Amino acid sequence: MAARLGERVSVPLEAVGSALVGLVDLPFRDGYVPSIVVVSLYVSLVAVSLSTLVSVPVAVTMGFLEFPGKSLVKSVINTGMGFPSVVVGLVVLFAVSNQGPLGSFELIFTREAMIMSQFVLATPPITAISLAAITGVDDRVREAARALGGTRVDVALVVLKEARYGIATAILAGFGRAISEVGSVLIVGGNITSADGISKTRTLTTAIQLEARQGRYETAMILGVVLVVLVLTVNTIVVRLSDGGTPR
Amino acid sequence: MDGETDESGSNGETTAQVGVAGETLTLTTTTSTYDTGLLDAIHTDFEDLYGVSVDAVAQGTGAALESARNGDADVVVVHARSLEDEFMRNGYGINRRDLMFNDFVIVGPEADPAGIEGASSATDALATIADAQAPFVSRGDNSGTHTKELVLWEEAGTQPGGDWYQETGTGMGEALNIANQQGAYTLSDRGTFISQRAEIDLTILVQGPIEGGPEILANPYGVMAVNPGVHDNANYDLAMAYIGWITSPGAQDAIADYQMNGEQLFFPEAVSEKPDFQQYVPEGWQPDSASE
Repeated sequence: MAARLGERVSVPLEAVGSALVGLVDLPFRDGYVPSIVVVSLYVSLVAVSLSTLVSVPVAVTMGFLEFPGKSLVKSVINTGMGFPSVVVGLVVLFAVSNQGPLGSFELIFTREAMIMSQFVLATPPITAISLAAITGVDDRVREAARALGGTRVDVALVVLKEARYGIATAILAGFGRAISEVGSVLIVGGNITSADGISKTRTLTTAIQLEARQGRYETAMILGVVLVVLVLTVNTIVVRLSDGGTPR
Repeated sequence: MDGETDESGSNGETTAQVGVAGETLTLTTTTSTYDTGLLDAIHTDFEDLYGVSVDAVAQGTGAALESARNGDADVVVVHARSLEDEFMRNGYGINRRDLMFNDFVIVGPEADPAGIEGASSATDALATIADAQAPFVSRGDNSGTHTKELVLWEEAGTQPGGDWYQETGTGMGEALNIANQQGAYTLSDRGTFISQRAEIDLTILVQGPIEGGPEILANPYGVMAVNPGVHDNANYDLAMAYIGWITSPGAQDAIADYQMNGEQLFFPEAVSEKPDFQQYVPEGWQPDSASE
């Protein structure tokens, strides 16, 4: 399933990867940098999408409902924002290793395992920041929506609309954490390319780590620039999207 | 690890339909075989020949064997005979072959503050470094190189420690960089040192056996399949195809031909007129001990 998903999304990502790096002559083998850009984007985007699907409903629920243990859940989420990525990597490694509970799925050293660890890393910040955005919406907005005869769902939608910038920021924070993270993807992904230099589980961050390990700081820096450009591009796109259709 | 098809489509168009075509071999190995570029250079031949792909994970010998012990690899290429022997004795690894060798060298700043240059014995050189308390960078990562370093300290009768001795817990390339920046000595495999020599100011102060240095600095690499009797998910067929291929005259020639900066990094060892029985069993193994 996940593999098929990968093939489908890899088409536009391939184009993005080539467009980003095709203009410059890089000191790497053909296709190497575009392929690690594709893997970085694929893993981070899928992980952040899944995190968002979980985080935003959780944030909405917590923003609208009072329930016992709510503050405990909140502190668990806040603690999660500080999870060291290598620890998350180790936990996912134990889970997906052949000896672990998910061992039979053979996920070790795959992109799916990397998505799992990035999901764990990205979910807490997206939830916490979305929750802050939702609770930060002016109470008068809710009251006005209720006064106009809105149902609970209507009120929630109005509040979500008001909080969309905050939620976009939350998603970007999650994406930023996922794509810039090196510890866990190195442990569970294995930093693999095929022999012809096409990435399987190598991301920009693990590629930078590999270059630095070999003392090739210049090429490491080039990849660092590619990573920064990539994050900037995604940020710009998301900010545009959340601006879209709202004349202000 | 088995039955996984290659998504990148990097294989040749038509490959012989052998039983393992389309499968993926997971190889855990040391940073030295990977970072020197050797594996990428020779693996394309294997991938084309069998229509498979090789996932090479560069971890360091200790971690590579640990991954295999957990059933997360099909085959290992490592360089620490004592750890390989333990791996075989515990039943995890089978069909070990000697693969290739190079050697270790003791490198340090050209100024050589401890004065070890030209020492005939590696252990003397280390003892001198310890006496002078000259900075020494240790891998400290349970790798093959680290294992060799600990053997050397033991032979030198010295317990390293103190401010001058720094464990970095990094790969060889990074350890060389740290030694370079701190003007420290370190033990390196010749391959990684050659591949990085252009970037750093360190120089070889004690040669290994390839250049006439002491035999204790020899650095032999072995290849082993993960025992399918212990881990039934191991892709044993493909692992054995890989071992057969990499110990074949063709692949051994490719290893010998692999150069960096005009220097040969690895010396093939698998093709020999002699039977070399020792390569198949742990050192000191006797038929009697089979009934243990």
